[in-house]
Amino acid sequence: MTTAISLQKVSRHFGAISAVDAIDLDIGRGEFFAMLGPSGSGKTTCLRLIAGFEQPTSGHIELFGETAEGVPPYRRNVNTVFQDYALFPHLNVADNVAYGLMVRGVPRPERRKRAEEALEMVKLPGYGERRPGQLSGGQRQRVALARALVNRPKALLLDEPLGALDLKLREQMQEELKTLQRTLGITFVFVTHDQGEALSMADRVAVFNDGRIMQVGTAEDIYERPASRFVADFVGSSNILPPEFVAHHGGPRQWASLRPEAIRIGRPKRGGAGEATVVSTSYQGAVSRVTLDAAGLRLIVTVPAGRPVPAIGEKVVVAFDRQHVHLMDGEA
Amino acid sequence: MSVAATTLSRSGGPAILEGRGGLFGALSDLFWRRPGLLLLLLLAPPLAWLGIVYLGSLAALLAHSFFSIDAFSGLIVYEPTLRTYGELLLPANIDIIVRTVAMAAIVTLASAAIAFPIAYYAARYARGKWKALFYLGVMLPLWSSYLVKVYAWKLILAKEGILNWLFAKLHMTWLLEAWLSLPVVGGNSLSFSYTGTFIVFVYAWLPFMILPIQAALERVPVSLTEASADLGARPRQTFRHVIFPLALPGIVAGSIFTFSLTLGDYIIPQIVGTSRLFIGQAVYAHQGTAGNIPLAAAFSVVPIVVMGFYLWGARRMGAFNAL
Amino acid sequence: MRSERATPLGLKVAAGAGLAFLHLPILLIFVYAFTTEDKSYQWPPPGFTAQWLAVTWNRPDVWQALALSVKVAAISTAIALVLGTLCAAAVSQSRFFGRETISLLVILPIALPGIITGIALRSAFSIAEIPFSFWTIVLGHATFCVVVVYNNAVARFRRTSASLIEASFDLGADGFQTFRYVILPNLGTALLAGGMLAFALSFDEVIVTTFTAGQQQTLPIWMLEELVRPRQRPVTNVVAMVVVIVTLIPILAAFYITRDGDQIAGGGK
Repeated sequence: MTTAISLQKVSRHFGAISAVDAIDLDIGRGEFFAMLGPSGSGKTTCLRLIAGFEQPTSGHIELFGETAEGVPPYRRNVNTVFQDYALFPHLNVADNVAYGLMVRGVPRPERRKRAEEALEMVKLPGYGERRPGQLSGGQRQRVALARALVNRPKALLLDEPLGALDLKLREQMQEELKTLQRTLGITFVFVTHDQGEALSMADRVAVFNDGRIMQVGTAEDIYERPASRFVADFVGSSNILPPEFVAHHGGPRQWASLRPEAIRIGRPKRGGAGEATVVSTSYQGAVSRVTLDAAGLRLIVTVPAGRPVPAIGEKVVVAFDRQHVHLMDGEA
Repeated sequence: MSVAATTLSRSGGPAILEGRGGLFGALSDLFWRRPGLLLLLLLAPPLAWLGIVYLGSLAALLAHSFFSIDAFSGLIVYEPTLRTYGELLLPANIDIIVRTVAMAAIVTLASAAIAFPIAYYAARYARGKWKALFYLGVMLPLWSSYLVKVYAWKLILAKEGILNWLFAKLHMTWLLEAWLSLPVVGGNSLSFSYTGTFIVFVYAWLPFMILPIQAALERVPVSLTEASADLGARPRQTFRHVIFPLALPGIVAGSIFTFSLTLGDYIIPQIVGTSRLFIGQAVYAHQGTAGNIPLAAAFSVVPIVVMGFYLWGARRMGAFNAL
Repeated sequence: MRSERATPLGLKVAAGAGLAFLHLPILLIFVYAFTTEDKSYQWPPPGFTAQWLAVTWNRPDVWQALALSVKVAAISTAIALVLGTLCAAAVSQSRFFGRETISLLVILPIALPGIITGIALRSAFSIAEIPFSFWTIVLGHATFCVVVVYNNAVARFRRTSASLIEASFDLGADGFQTFRYVILPNLGTALLAGGMLAFALSFDEVIVTTFTAGQQQTLPIWMLEELVRPRQRPVTNVVAMVVVIVTLIPILAAFYITRDGDQIAGGGK
């Protein structure tokens, strides 16, 4: 993997607050990379450092092998799709899209041609004469995308690009963004707080918390093998097992995670006591989710369709293979 | 789509581009690296103008109030003294100050009382075209000529003018005469009484009161009144406990104008009113014919001090956000 | 729903009466401009005539005063536009120590009574031994006109989202290009409106002017003398009417400009 964007020990402080704290990160060329984390975790600041809107307090940033700190955003060949799209209200769609070409002195006929091409690519052909105010949220987003891509950037940065769209549109745009990225082969870096979005779209994900990166890996890495309790908790849907529980089931005294589908439940043997009580169940089509209370520990279990689902209040026993228990760092 | 995509995907070239070059390019890079420098350049001209010319003038004025005037030669003695302030505290001058501040206070209260229904209607009930019309209806008198407004009232209040004519037509001249025979507020005729001065002051400053109140009321979300009603408050209670407290910063903001404008005005009381002086007239008279600039300066310190306290209080009430 | 609730009658009456109180006196000026009576302010007018329009038209002193007022207003507005925009840009672009102080400094010339600004400038002129001239009037007017431009520009800057400027940088425009292609067009209507209001403010100003004009007569000073010592009531009536009309135009224009501007700005959200 050749590196497109490289952050080396990069920190950004605002007064006493460190929004980004000594981060090391390499993003590969042509990669679809997601920065995931709760708000205030430093992911957006990190994106702004790459775009050039913020300067690192310390550390080194490289864009495609060239030093980027001290270089203003207008001299970086990366473009951004803003969270609020930031379309220029005084320009029509075509002029918005052609803006980057205009300020770089591309002649008008070529500008027009390339802007129209870009609009076609985002499925808005013929929308050039409209004003941004006349477009729907989804259309504005496509215009913002076209406006960034028309400059043929080396990398595209997207700040919560789908946050303002409703669910159906969001799923559609996820598909389109992925297709677009694959066809263009450009590095995409996008910031999101939605773990589902990050895991389903990105080749690799960095999970942020408190200005630090907690884990970098593929969706599978993050989902199956969370490195810390924070990641397991934030990515969700994994059971977090305290050290006592793990030790009780024959493991080391260490925190661990366990996927719901790795747990089997059954009725207790005649006369034997159940280990857990069913708290709630919910039907979700292919599976049913069962929430258990095992001596104060909440466990989530999925039961495939067709298998019997226990009733609420029923006592059950739980079993799992030790190989599915994923050990994590202690207290993080 | 694939054709377009291929032309777009040719994203070769460097990741760091050359700047525009030239003077503008270099300056742009410089300002980007040193935003403080840009800030300084932006602020320098206005600060030079307001900070040096204007504040300098105010300082010069203030300095004058600490000089005195030689009683025999009539020339300014440039020696620091508090004698002029002593002179300011003579009963006759205290009289002027009390009269002006009292007038400013009454004018402010009256303006607020008249302005509130207009602002309230415009903010909460007027919709669409009516709203624009209401806005213009306040903006036009606000910006129309101050002298024309005063002149209009000179026409109205004149003995042979429309107001007396109206009272006569309604057979109510007795009422007007009864009012004019009262002490303090009365006088020879409306144009030569405090009542006349008061009416013109209220008229001239009213729009300055309406707009900030309206702005404050506009910012009260409808859901607040609905929530209050939902919690069982009657309209009157909602008004008292929700709307009025939230409109108060607007009223205070408006009163900054009405108060300040009344304190410093010397034209309205000169044209409509008694021969007793207001602060503005005193300042004007002392600096003009009397040539007593130190006393004029000391007089003008009074509105500055009063407004200073006023602004300080208004700021604490958050009235600046309603300006 | 609020719109379905009937407006209380008392409120309607109070609001209507208030508006009438604001407008009727000005309308009266229009009637008086055509009265045949030339010695008093008699109501109702004994008759109507248009002859005073012609009389006023042929008065060189009125024309001179008008010309001076227009010149002063134009130049003061130009200065206020530059200073007000610079100030607004500085205050909006970054949070720096003393922002509040700058806002206060800009507001001060209209927050303090005009007579103080006037006498302060006059004592400064006398200390610096600057003789009264066209420029001393402009100096005073520009000082209190800055705030109108500043207020309009600051409000627009506040509505222009910071990401618009970042987007421009991001797309390759440097500081000057961003100013030229993004900031200025977004600010344009606000500046036009602010400029028109500044013009109206200066055109109408009398209190500061009496202290900085010396022997020169602007139109408001001409009117003030007529108010204090009425000599030619019919001409004054006509001048008053013309002043109402002349100030009306920029106000209406400013209103329509900012209304459209707001729609555009709001559309970008």
